[in-house]
Amino acid sequence: MMAEEREQAIQIGQHMAQLSELQGDTEGEPTFGEPVMEMDHLSVWYGGFQALRDITLPLPSRRVTAIIGPSGCGKSTLIRCLNRMNDLIPSFRVEGQVLFEGQDIYARGLDPVDVRRRIGMVFQKPNPFPKSIYENVAFGPRIIGYSGRLDDLVERALRRAALWDEVKDILRRNALTLSGGQQQRLCIARALAIEPEVILMDEPCSALDPVATLKIEDLMRELAESYAIIIVTHNMQQAARVADFTAVMMMAPDRAGQMVEFGRTRQIFTNPRDKRTEDYITGRFG
Amino acid sequence: MPRNVFDRHLAEIQEEMLVMADMVETAIQRSLEALKGRDVELARQVIADDVKINQKRYDAEERCLELIATQQPLASDLRTIVAVLHMIVDLERMGDHAEGIAKIAVILGDEPPLKPYVDLPRMADIASEMLRESLEAFKHRDAEQARAIIDRDDEVDALYDQVYRELLTDMIGDPRTIERATYLIWVAHNLERIADRVTNICERVVFLVTGKIEELNVSKY
Amino acid sequence: MTGSQTTFRARLFARRATAGGFLLLCLLATALAIGVLAVLLVDMTREGIGRLSWDFINSFPSRKPEQAGIKAALFGTLWLMGLTAAFAVPIGIGAALYLEEYASRNWLNRIIQTNIANLAGVPSIVYGILGLALFVRTMSLGRSVLAGSLTMALLVLPIVIIASQEALRAVPSSLREAAYGVGASRWQVVFHQVLPAAMPGILTGIILALSRAIGEAAPLIMIGALAFVPFVPRSPMDGFTVLPIQIFNWASRPQAAFGKDAAAAIIVLLAVLLSMNAIAIILRNRFQSRSRG
Repeated sequence: MMAEEREQAIQIGQHMAQLSELQGDTEGEPTFGEPVMEMDHLSVWYGGFQALRDITLPLPSRRVTAIIGPSGCGKSTLIRCLNRMNDLIPSFRVEGQVLFEGQDIYARGLDPVDVRRRIGMVFQKPNPFPKSIYENVAFGPRIIGYSGRLDDLVERALRRAALWDEVKDILRRNALTLSGGQQQRLCIARALAIEPEVILMDEPCSALDPVATLKIEDLMRELAESYAIIIVTHNMQQAARVADFTAVMMMAPDRAGQMVEFGRTRQIFTNPRDKRTEDYITGRFG
Repeated sequence: MPRNVFDRHLAEIQEEMLVMADMVETAIQRSLEALKGRDVELARQVIADDVKINQKRYDAEERCLELIATQQPLASDLRTIVAVLHMIVDLERMGDHAEGIAKIAVILGDEPPLKPYVDLPRMADIASEMLRESLEAFKHRDAEQARAIIDRDDEVDALYDQVYRELLTDMIGDPRTIERATYLIWVAHNLERIADRVTNICERVVFLVTGKIEELNVSKY
Repeated sequence: MTGSQTTFRARLFARRATAGGFLLLCLLATALAIGVLAVLLVDMTREGIGRLSWDFINSFPSRKPEQAGIKAALFGTLWLMGLTAAFAVPIGIGAALYLEEYASRNWLNRIIQTNIANLAGVPSIVYGILGLALFVRTMSLGRSVLAGSLTMALLVLPIVIIASQEALRAVPSSLREAAYGVGASRWQVVFHQVLPAAMPGILTGIILALSRAIGEAAPLIMIGALAFVPFVPRSPMDGFTVLPIQIFNWASRPQAAFGKDAAAAIIVLLAVLLSMNAIAIILRNRFQSRSRG
């Protein structure tokens, strides 16, 4: 049953990739490859209110995928479904599947804690633990039961987050003394420390100044060489700068969110197929 | 409707381009009139007015640049501005070709023509029509019309071949006509280039509508 | 021009007058409160400071005011506070953790929540009666320090629970999300991140609770804490007395000299209270500095 549906999802993904291939030239264009995660006819309710309707979306591995759309269309809800963060909300209900490497993460008996150890998350407002910089990065591996040398792991994570040089002499200092941009990079390091395959970012730069934002965007491109990065952003220029693929969401009249278009960023921003995408991107929406 | 300011600026830029196209069409018509009527004054007017066409292009270009920098246009807005940027270059070059024809009218001056001009005005008429229609296609974002106009370029090319062969025959027959004939070949060449530039404009219109850049005017050679 | 200017100035003056008047009222209220307190303290200190001595602290009560001491009461208070804290703190924090982090928000839990708040307002004598019936008689603990501390623990438990709940609620949900985000289970989130972050508030709650408990006399009298206790408790099952009871006892004697004893005992009581608070504040600051850097 699982394999069949997985096949279906891959086919959808490949079909979409082919569609993109057909449009314009493909020189230097990001290729699709095998998706690391896919949403398959996912619908989500908070109590009686439907927040997402029938979302089908492949998420390519080792690429940056941006999810854009007007406020309230359900982007945050969508991205939180990918690591089961929505489980923390009591009235949350799910139909459909979210596949991670072929396995439905909402399957019965699957521990959401395990899911969150493979799929990391960075939040909108930097939220480091009120502890030392070292402790922030070491916390995750420690509670997983990491048995190796924590010092090395902390350094690796901080290096990968482009923060090591700035904090290597002040590891014992409290994380809250760092600047906003540094705190966010620390949160990225914290997510990297548990060695996930996917990193989710929910508007990671919206609380930061432009310089810090650009640093993090550069970081995202670096990280995309090893991880799948999924970013929710309301800043279209950021999506255009940073993402290989872009998914566009809209809010239906009954306020449920749905997927409108998915494709290569270049195509979405120069020649979108759906009129709703065109209207949203050119700012003539609403 | 949001983006009022942007829409207004974009509309203004397109208006400017239509005015520029009008000026180019006038230049083409007048240059042929000057040639046919041996009107050196009119020819000099066309030459002088070309400066204004060039200026229009630079103005439009600056406005496009400003709009890109300040408004970050995307999707169809972006394609529109990029199309306009290219089209004003084509229009300016067309203006230069019309100026070239006027210069020849000055050089030929008051001399009576070898024979009545038939094909050259015909070429000019077709080119003018093509130009007018291409701007219509742009205004209405009509890719089909644009493609149809491109096909008409063959007519102009055929007329050019005809003129060329005729003048060649004349030159072989009477070597005294060589200087005159070569100037007239040059006029025909300018008109052929004008029509060619119009096909560029049409390709841009197709790009605007479909988002694809295509080579539509394939040479028969 | 001049017309609008006078309007401005007039309004400004009126506003300043109202603001000034309000400020004055607030200052008077503060002065009143502090003043009364200051007067009481100064009065107490003047009366009792003469009696304060090592002998006073080290002697047992006696019929002669000059020889009476607070040794029994002091030790009784210390024993009682220690045991009360030992019971109330873990149970209180545990209950608060359950109610805030684990319990679902249904009607039953809301009823429980309301009742805890109500219990905080129940007169302490009622706890005395409860303690007498439950701890002294039913559980046969007798008139012991244990029974007394269990009773006091019940008394201050609502304070600890409510203050701890407030402290837990004040921990931003972004902290919990961050912990969940790196793959922590619920108890890991609570124990490693939420609880340490809420500690300053919880400690404040404990201070409040113990400050309430240390001054209680009525419920302990019901339990059976005696006034004339010539010994120091050596185990939780021993009888005991506490400073408030001793103070009350001395204050109700006709001899003026006993009044001095009472005043001195009040000073000692305040000293114990302040030391307890100081310890808790030091602990709280340690926690706060660790989470603020």
